[in-house]
Amino acid sequence: MKSFNYHAPKDVKDASKLASSSSAFLAGGMTTIPSMKLGLASYKDVIDIKNIKKLSGIKVSGKTVTVGATTKHVEVATSKDVKKAIPALAKLAGNIGDAQVRNRGTIGGSISNNDPSACYPSACMALNAVIHTNKRKIDAEKFFTGMFETALKSGELVEAVEFQIPEKADYQKHPNPASRYAIIGVFVAKHKKDVNVAVTGAKSCVYIDKDLSKKLSSNFSVSAIEGTEVKSSGMNSDMHASAEYRANLVSLYAKKAVEAC
Amino acid sequence: MFINFTYGYIRIYSGRRRLMTKVTLEVNGKKVSKDVPDHTLLSVFLRDNLNLTGTHVGCDTSQCGACVVHVNGKSIKSCSTLAADIEGSKVTTIEGLAKDGKLHPMQAAFKKTHGLQCGYCTPGMVMSAVDLLQTKKNPSDQEIREWLEGNICRCTGYQNIVAAVKEAATKM
Repeated sequence: MKSFNYHAPKDVKDASKLASSSSAFLAGGMTTIPSMKLGLASYKDVIDIKNIKKLSGIKVSGKTVTVGATTKHVEVATSKDVKKAIPALAKLAGNIGDAQVRNRGTIGGSISNNDPSACYPSACMALNAVIHTNKRKIDAEKFFTGMFETALKSGELVEAVEFQIPEKADYQKHPNPASRYAIIGVFVAKHKKDVNVAVTGAKSCVYIDKDLSKKLSSNFSVSAIEGTEVKSSGMNSDMHASAEYRANLVSLYAKKAVEAC
Repeated sequence: MFINFTYGYIRIYSGRRRLMTKVTLEVNGKKVSKDVPDHTLLSVFLRDNLNLTGTHVGCDTSQCGACVVHVNGKSIKSCSTLAADIEGSKVTTIEGLAKDGKLHPMQAAFKKTHGLQCGYCTPGMVMSAVDLLQTKKNPSDQEIREWLEGNICRCTGYQNIVAAVKEAATKM
């Protein structure tokens, strides 16, 4: 790993001041550190944000659950408040990576990295999340802009993620057996007016399957999407799964999720 | 200009960059303090700076779990954690489990059930399994297998490892 300067500021302002075009914010480091070790990324300055107290914690209000950026997966997975308000979110967090990754990895890190097969982005999309940064609030659908790309600008830092509490929701994942990343992950959320079916792992970036969402919005049952063909165009093909296989998994896991709701 | 021999090769730095950071930890009950480069991983700190080579580095990409240690009681992968990042923390490594020359119940259980073959993954397995039993006293086979997802063994298969954790659960 190339050398860098390590900083551990105590507040967001200082963290933001330290940021430059050759810096990275460090939360759990579960992707950042391996990427640096593999030489895929290198930075002059690594700005650890874990000492900024206000970035950690879970708050539930009437309609939303707000999770601080440096809140660890294990904290979301075991939080009584999250389990009560959005059990699917706790379930998702409890199946990310492995126990040791969940002990370090954070929600802010996961969504800022926007790995095309990360779990959290699908929850953000399906639960109409609002991403709070130190500069503005961004709707999830505008936040995830492409493969490993987000709407975040240089020096902009995710502070918290505000999820809308749905009537029902479930997350189903077909994990890669080694990394536990989603080969396919489908997050189905039934809100008062409509249903969102968010898919991760299938394409270069998380997305809402509009066809499945529309069908489930008018009739929230497995039969409503029975026989719906999910198109494989634009889907990833790799050693783990072909595009066609992924397309089939999307429809299968969407049904599983609706069933589990 | 500064020449760094830390990793056995020569790197020449120039300019005004800050290079070293003082890391103070409590490792296996003993306070240690070392000046290390900022990018020093916890696994490197333990193995190269403290000579605690029981913590193994397998894949080095945070998938195999051979490097698992406890930081403030929780299991983490030391190959993907910066030493500076856990400044002031309490670290327990495999060397810190046995007390007064007596094996920790988990180590004894791995020995008894022969939960290992080459032994390379074992320190990580043991540290991870100890954390599991702290979280859950009597885990089922399924729960043990799920918990050990982050620890990969390439020789025994997992039967005897699961048996070891079950055995240890009756003793801890």
